[in-house]
Amino acid sequence: MTDKAVALPGHAGFIKNNLRNYGMLLSLFAIMLFFQVMTDGTLLQPLNLTNLVLQNSYIVIMALGMLLIIVTGHIDLSVGSVAGFVGAVAAVLMVRYHVAYPLAFIACLLVGALIGAAQGYWVAYFKIPSFIVTLAGMLVFKGLALAILAGQSVGPFPPTFQKLSSGFIPELFPGAGTLYPTSLLIGAVLAVALVYTSAKSRARQASHGIEVEPFGFFVAKSAVLFAVIVFFAGLIASHRGLPNVLVIMTALIALYGFVTTRTVIGRHIYAIGGNARAASLSGIKTERLTFLTFVNMGVLAALAGLVFAARLNTATPKAGAGFELDVIAACFIGGASAYGGVGKVGGAVIGAMIMGVMNNGMSILGIGIDYQQVIKGLVLLGAVCLDVYNQRR
Amino acid sequence: MTAILEMRGVSKSFAGVQALRDVNFTVEAGQIHALVGENGAGKSTLMKVLSGVYPHGDYEGSIIFDGEERRFRDINDSEALGIIIIHQELALIPLMSIAENIFLSHPPSSLGVIDRDTVYRRTKELLAQVGLTEMPDTLVTDLGVGKQQLVEIAKALSKRVRLLILDEPTASLNENDSAALLERLLAFRAQGIASILISHKLSEVARVADRITVLRDGRTVDSIDCRAETVEEDRIIRSMVNRDLAHRFPQRTATIGTPVFTVKDWTVHHPLHRDRRVIKGVDFEVRRGEVVGIAGLMGAGRTEFAMSLFGRAWGERISGRVWLDGREVHLSSVAAAIDAGLAYVTEDRKELGLILDADVRKNITLASLGRVARQGVIDDMSELRVANDYRNRMRIRCSDVYQETGQLSGGNQQKVVLSKWLMTDPKVLFLDEPTRGIDVGAKYEIYCIINELAEAGKGVVMISSEMPELLGVCDRILVMNDGAFVGEFSAAEATQERIMRAIMRNKEMDKKVLQGELQP
Repeated sequence: MTDKAVALPGHAGFIKNNLRNYGMLLSLFAIMLFFQVMTDGTLLQPLNLTNLVLQNSYIVIMALGMLLIIVTGHIDLSVGSVAGFVGAVAAVLMVRYHVAYPLAFIACLLVGALIGAAQGYWVAYFKIPSFIVTLAGMLVFKGLALAILAGQSVGPFPPTFQKLSSGFIPELFPGAGTLYPTSLLIGAVLAVALVYTSAKSRARQASHGIEVEPFGFFVAKSAVLFAVIVFFAGLIASHRGLPNVLVIMTALIALYGFVTTRTVIGRHIYAIGGNARAASLSGIKTERLTFLTFVNMGVLAALAGLVFAARLNTATPKAGAGFELDVIAACFIGGASAYGGVGKVGGAVIGAMIMGVMNNGMSILGIGIDYQQVIKGLVLLGAVCLDVYNQRR
Repeated sequence: MTAILEMRGVSKSFAGVQALRDVNFTVEAGQIHALVGENGAGKSTLMKVLSGVYPHGDYEGSIIFDGEERRFRDINDSEALGIIIIHQELALIPLMSIAENIFLSHPPSSLGVIDRDTVYRRTKELLAQVGLTEMPDTLVTDLGVGKQQLVEIAKALSKRVRLLILDEPTASLNENDSAALLERLLAFRAQGIASILISHKLSEVARVADRITVLRDGRTVDSIDCRAETVEEDRIIRSMVNRDLAHRFPQRTATIGTPVFTVKDWTVHHPLHRDRRVIKGVDFEVRRGEVVGIAGLMGAGRTEFAMSLFGRAWGERISGRVWLDGREVHLSSVAAAIDAGLAYVTEDRKELGLILDADVRKNITLASLGRVARQGVIDDMSELRVANDYRNRMRIRCSDVYQETGQLSGGNQQKVVLSKWLMTDPKVLFLDEPTRGIDVGAKYEIYCIINELAEAGKGVVMISSEMPELLGVCDRILVMNDGAFVGEFSAAEATQERIMRAIMRNKEMDKKVLQGELQP
């Protein structure tokens, strides 16, 4: 881990520092445990877990882009409308004009990029507050979606396109009854790979004389990590295997995690949010990077729109309404700062999962949509208050 | 006459730096008392003690106002007694009217509803007192700076002022506006209102002041009764700058080489007022191994000069030619300037130099991440190694390079900024007020670093308002005034008096200087 807090001496200090880093993850587990008990085990039933993933995939995908936007100190309110609009474009292309699925897919991502560029241009080069630009975008694309669908739902999509959301990875060893061994295997390989890389990075740090976590703590952490991944892989494998969208999502999380922590461009994005003027006086092209974060957001919103349309198997004028709130909430629950410069990909993903588990759990418990929103709002406020309080200390 | 204000034995220190030492300062009723001194001499600190910005208990000594000892807890306490301070940066809200600004804090009202007629009438009376004929509902943004200054004074009058403190009131005014403002002060004196005038312009001080007190290094070093003695500018300047310079600066034998950075006819316009020339066709040169100082007052255009050269980071409609290492270069962006070998250490390290939330390591490598990355991927181990190298070399005191930069002291923060720029391996380094706000020990270390850079054959340009430091460190000192260089001194011929005289001189005198003895 490259982002260490200031080290306090001794083991107690070490645990205290890391408790803050893992606090968000612990909250997620606590919430899952709570709903697991309250729903008499329904939450973690394989079918429900798979549904949970499918239901939240588009929020997670957009949260990755939103995190970068928030880190540069901006906001994008238009993502829900853009996702809905791109879903509508996909439906018009594939259902009305029978454009081939791969071609339509790429065209839709390009549309997303163009939308992001159009909004990013005003924000980055004209210095118009992103709140206003994307508020306008939200109205524009909501209206455009309604217009090109002529107010109606358009569907169904070709079966190959539906596979994007409702498909599962092919099973290499069929005939194991209800268990899908390929998915379990992939989970196990992933777990081993993660433990291996963290062990390697720990050894590398130690060889450079950097203070590393105590060995016992490291072993325990790795064991828990391994067990959790294998456990969830097992659950997923006992329904229908890995959903395609989970594979896409995991790849994107890994990619954005890497970009934000290990690359020059990632470091520059954080520098802009931390102090834009100092960054620009250090030779960072702040305007171009801000522009690119919006282009990136547009592409991810488009992808999310496609995933959502494929899942519903139809494009409706209402699609995407309110997504932006869940996405933004996910980033802030995950520890991103509204002032820019602070936030982690892992945090945003966990934030999205917290929102997802709460949605799902409360629905199972039969809590109405009315009080679900009240509770979600209070959780958002509480999480951010806790974060602010932690930073003041 | 009786004293309205007596400050007795006032001392104040900030984190080990003594800003005021046993200052005695008396203002008599109906007196205009001028307070002069270099930047950092302690004038503003003294006024902040007086107005309650630094509350009682934060300083030593006592304040006696109207014959009673006062213990101000905040600025409201001093305002209640009629001590009103008008800062150099005006505290008016541009998009509100004159009347709304004047009665911002305590508008005449009944049951919380503002009585607009009274506001209007009283504003008109107050404006008449300061000689303004504007309508009370004119927006402040539509007034010139000179008139805004007068509105500030009208605002002070609305609070029944007894003692008016003006901090550099004429710094941004033209001659007519300055004269009008000084006339007001004389009119107030006739009404029995005392004022304290902080100013760098000795000519206007000599014109209106009844007494002049000179502060230097936090002490009162001279006090002249203008009615009893004739005011000699030389005496004031000598008092302002006279001090012992030995042992405060590390020694260096300069080996000055060929020109490394040459600028010809550099002209820069203001980004907002596009017709205003801020830098006026300036020529400039630095040689290898040379430390060039730029002296001048705040607002003389020094920072704007450096920043506009640094990839056009400031200004509009920039023209002129630049040579680096003998080759003409066109530095159209900060990144291009860095690549070409230019570095600029900003004046305001918190706002412009550092990302305070980020750790020391990230700040050091910010401007040259490419040096520790391959194909856009940062090699965190080599980044760490570089950061630790600079930490040791510059003796940055931090728990480790993962410590948040905002937690470090000013001197150590400045070393982080310097590290950032050294890592870009510049040929020419601009340092803008590199020792502002840092303690004496850290200052010495920074002078040592400047010497090392010069010995390594780099060209160093130091902008500073602290004259001793320019004299102690530089091989050549230029004086900038109003966007042009108005004096040049070699290390041998430079003295504080000569520099101060060049700074203080008005424009006609400047012309004479340039034609006469001091022509480069």
